[in-house]
Amino acid sequence: MALMRLTSPHAHGPMSTQRVMQSVLLATIPGVIVLTHFFGFGTLVNILWGSIVALACEALALKLRRRPLGFYLKDYSALVTAVLLCIALPPYAPWWLITVGIASSILLAKHLYGGLGYNPFNPAMVGYVILLISFPIQMTAWAPPRGLGELPGFMEALQACFTPSAYDATTMATPMDLLKQNNSLLIKDLWNQYPQFGRWSGLGWEWANIAFLAGGVWLLYQRIFTWHAPVAMLVTLGLLAAIFYDGGSSASGGSPLFHLLGGATMFGAFFIVTDPVSSAVSLRGRLIFGALIGVLIYTIRIKGNYPDSVAFAVLIMNFAAPFIDYYTQPRTYGHRDKRAGE
Amino acid sequence: MRKVFDFHGGIHPAENKHQSVRSPIADAGIPPELIIPLSQHIGAPARPLVSIGERVLKGQMIAEARGFVSVPVHAPTSGTVHAIEDRLIAHPSGYLAPCIVITSDGQDEWTEHNGVSDYQTLEAADLINIIRNAGIAGMGGAGFPSAVKLSVKADTHIKTLIINGTECEPYITADDILMREQAYEIIEGTKILQQIIAPQETLIGIEDNKPEGIAALRAAAQGTGIEIVTFPTKYPSGGEKQLVEILTGQQVPSGGLPSQVGVVCQNIGSTVAIFNAVVHGQPLISRITTVTGESVREPQNFEVLIGTPVQYLIEKAGYQREENNRLIMGGPMMGFTIPDTDVPIVKTTNCLLAPSEAELSTPPPAQACIRCGMCAEVCPASLLPQQMFWFAQGKEFEKLEEHNLFDCIECGACSFACPSNIPLVQYYRASKAEILQLRHDHEVAEQSRIRFEARQQRLEQAEEEKEAKRAARKIAAQQRAQAAEEGGEEDPIQAAIERAKAKKAAQQADTGDESELETLEKAVVSTHKRLGTATAKLEQAKAEGSDLVDALQTGVDKTRDKLTVAEQALKDCQQRLGTHSAEQPPADGAQAAIARAMQARTTEASLSPQEKARLDLKKLQNRLQKSQAVLIKSRDNAEEKKVIDALESTVARLTDKINAVQQQLNAAEDA
Repeated sequence: MALMRLTSPHAHGPMSTQRVMQSVLLATIPGVIVLTHFFGFGTLVNILWGSIVALACEALALKLRRRPLGFYLKDYSALVTAVLLCIALPPYAPWWLITVGIASSILLAKHLYGGLGYNPFNPAMVGYVILLISFPIQMTAWAPPRGLGELPGFMEALQACFTPSAYDATTMATPMDLLKQNNSLLIKDLWNQYPQFGRWSGLGWEWANIAFLAGGVWLLYQRIFTWHAPVAMLVTLGLLAAIFYDGGSSASGGSPLFHLLGGATMFGAFFIVTDPVSSAVSLRGRLIFGALIGVLIYTIRIKGNYPDSVAFAVLIMNFAAPFIDYYTQPRTYGHRDKRAGE
Repeated sequence: MRKVFDFHGGIHPAENKHQSVRSPIADAGIPPELIIPLSQHIGAPARPLVSIGERVLKGQMIAEARGFVSVPVHAPTSGTVHAIEDRLIAHPSGYLAPCIVITSDGQDEWTEHNGVSDYQTLEAADLINIIRNAGIAGMGGAGFPSAVKLSVKADTHIKTLIINGTECEPYITADDILMREQAYEIIEGTKILQQIIAPQETLIGIEDNKPEGIAALRAAAQGTGIEIVTFPTKYPSGGEKQLVEILTGQQVPSGGLPSQVGVVCQNIGSTVAIFNAVVHGQPLISRITTVTGESVREPQNFEVLIGTPVQYLIEKAGYQREENNRLIMGGPMMGFTIPDTDVPIVKTTNCLLAPSEAELSTPPPAQACIRCGMCAEVCPASLLPQQMFWFAQGKEFEKLEEHNLFDCIECGACSFACPSNIPLVQYYRASKAEILQLRHDHEVAEQSRIRFEARQQRLEQAEEEKEAKRAARKIAAQQRAQAAEEGGEEDPIQAAIERAKAKKAAQQADTGDESELETLEKAVVSTHKRLGTATAKLEQAKAEGSDLVDALQTGVDKTRDKLTVAEQALKDCQQRLGTHSAEQPPADGAQAAIARAMQARTTEASLSPQEKARLDLKKLQNRLQKSQAVLIKSRDNAEEKKVIDALESTVARLTDKINAVQQQLNAAEDA
């Protein structure tokens, strides 16, 4: 009568990698709903097609790497990458753009480095930046928000995706673009001149940001990640915006609220910066990691060539994560020094 | 309210404690056979004092402590020693270890034992001795001998005595039920500890999930100055280091002991054992063990004899083998699975957990680490488990040690929290074992190297010494040659020894004294015969007037000469042998020569300085004469200039010496 031999601990907590990934997917729902409300079905179609491509790429890579398909596909990590990248892409993006982006994310950024857990860079952001650099026109063609243009229906959205040549897209400059190009108007006048601005930030954008913030707070409540990186990022971004607001002059960088609720800020803070694999691990490390991303986002938004900059900021800090980890090791119980190695 | 501190990390696993505290402590009874391992504690195993077939009484010491960090073992009931052999014991590795097997006789007859009711009169050392002889080892899990923990160095100031009633492991209620039912014994045992350690304050630390136990202890501790401190339930607050931090805010230095921060910790179960040992004179032969889990029908706490087989105990609780997926000794966090139900309950067995598959399911295969950091968040030692996992996989042992692998207390919080189901603790445990093995191997290799080098050095040294001796002999030979040439001075003793040795060697070269004598006698006889014959022939020739007379006359003369020589030789030989036999005892020539030389030296020593000086002077003058003779001869023979120069310098040196001695002599005579 042999008894099963196992090593301690025998009890296991409720958390699982699947649950982490599922929670992230669920937390994007409010944001996706708001985006769909303001910009139509474009984002939804992006996500549908992107998910199919992502699962196909993941399966292909696993097959090539001779890994069990079922076990790894069940971890939802490919879906998370696909959903995050597709939210970041402009609505009504053509199928090939999505395909190239997803393939870059899954195959290049993830599996070439050894699969889940081994990628030094955020896969979704790698895909995004490859597209942004390779196809700048398609990547900056944002649809006008509800109220400023005709919202296409679901079928039109599908058409835009799969027969892009037959679809005549209407696009409009985003608030981030407008602010960047402005060099003569006071902030107040800019607001009055362009209908794209809303109450605090961009029309539609501000609500999308609030929705992603809500999703992020829910994830925090679920203890999927800690508050350190996102809060550090938002605080630095807000502080920098406040410092350089310049009373709303024509040289102003925009108000703190404009930055916090504009562009991809909240989405980046709670869904990109919090990616565990490519970020710093220690809590102090995460504070530094998040804060420096905030600095980079603001700097690139104001001084760089691109209107928004979450992807660049995150990728640059991905480089620095191991370095940050090395210098922010916690002090072990009963030790005087931070690290025994020193 | 005392301020309590928090420690880093920690988890909140499902407690599952209520199942086993619904009924009071039950007596598990006496099993037919008891298996008592000789090592139930940290340290050297005990040495058996009984032999097979011997009858033992309850409480009788059956194995004695071997060394300082060791505790004795006692018979849990009366019976007969059935065997002393290797049996399967309760150990994570499931190996065999020496055990004393007792067949109980059911009489439960006590050996003579006396308690001390007025222990206040005893010295700390005496109390520690009682505790050591009662075989008490930490009952919380590790089994560190209590007496060792209490033997604090005289110069260490202990401020706080902490009684650990935390019991943070899920499912286990052995301490909880003890507090509810034996609060008086706990407090009394604590008082004994107070007397030994004389701390400024005594705290009993308990997690706030045991309200009944806390209330019972509070009531019993009234007016004793012992403080019951409660704190929020969080695993692993019962870890000694964590508890010290919770209650004092201080951290025990890495690799150190709580006494370094002025703290001594004892398990609450140990206080009752100490009370029983001191006041009732009863050694540690039973303990409270929780039997729980969904695979037992009546989960409860048992008072169980040490050495009781697990099978016997779990049957008492209504064990359902078919529902059970693994049998855990200890709790679900740090307990280990046992290979078989034959293993015995030991002093550290606080729980037997028989979970069903639904309760503690078989872990799914591990997924990739996503570096979520949840392990680092819960680590009570503030380690970086995910980094250490990386290094453990790559066998980067140096990096692991840099990341303080050995500060890991293996509480299992990281594995519990890991969403990817990675058995992190197992990686650390294996790495620790591997590092220790490497260290051991390294030590062995180092010792071999030192041994080899020492041998090499020894051989070289021997060779050098030989060489030096050879050179010395060469020089000595040269000097002797030179001295001989110069007729240089010789130590009289040494010279005598040499001479005697030479003589003895010459003697031994012959066939022996007796045969020599015979040979000489024969020679004399035959020569005599020949002389007779020759003389007869000469007479005949004279009578015949032969011209051979002259020749014969010469022959007779020669033979007569030979006879004389032979006779002389024979006489010499006889004389020598006669001398030998005259001496008592018949010592050999060498020893006689040595004795003579010694005699000469003693005589010399007994001389007055003046006489001695005169003797010296005489000797020197002799040597001078000899040297001068050699010199003259050399000059006559026209020897090499070098030789003549050397001889001249010898003569000059001797002349100087003679002058010096002459002066001394004159001075002495003047005085």
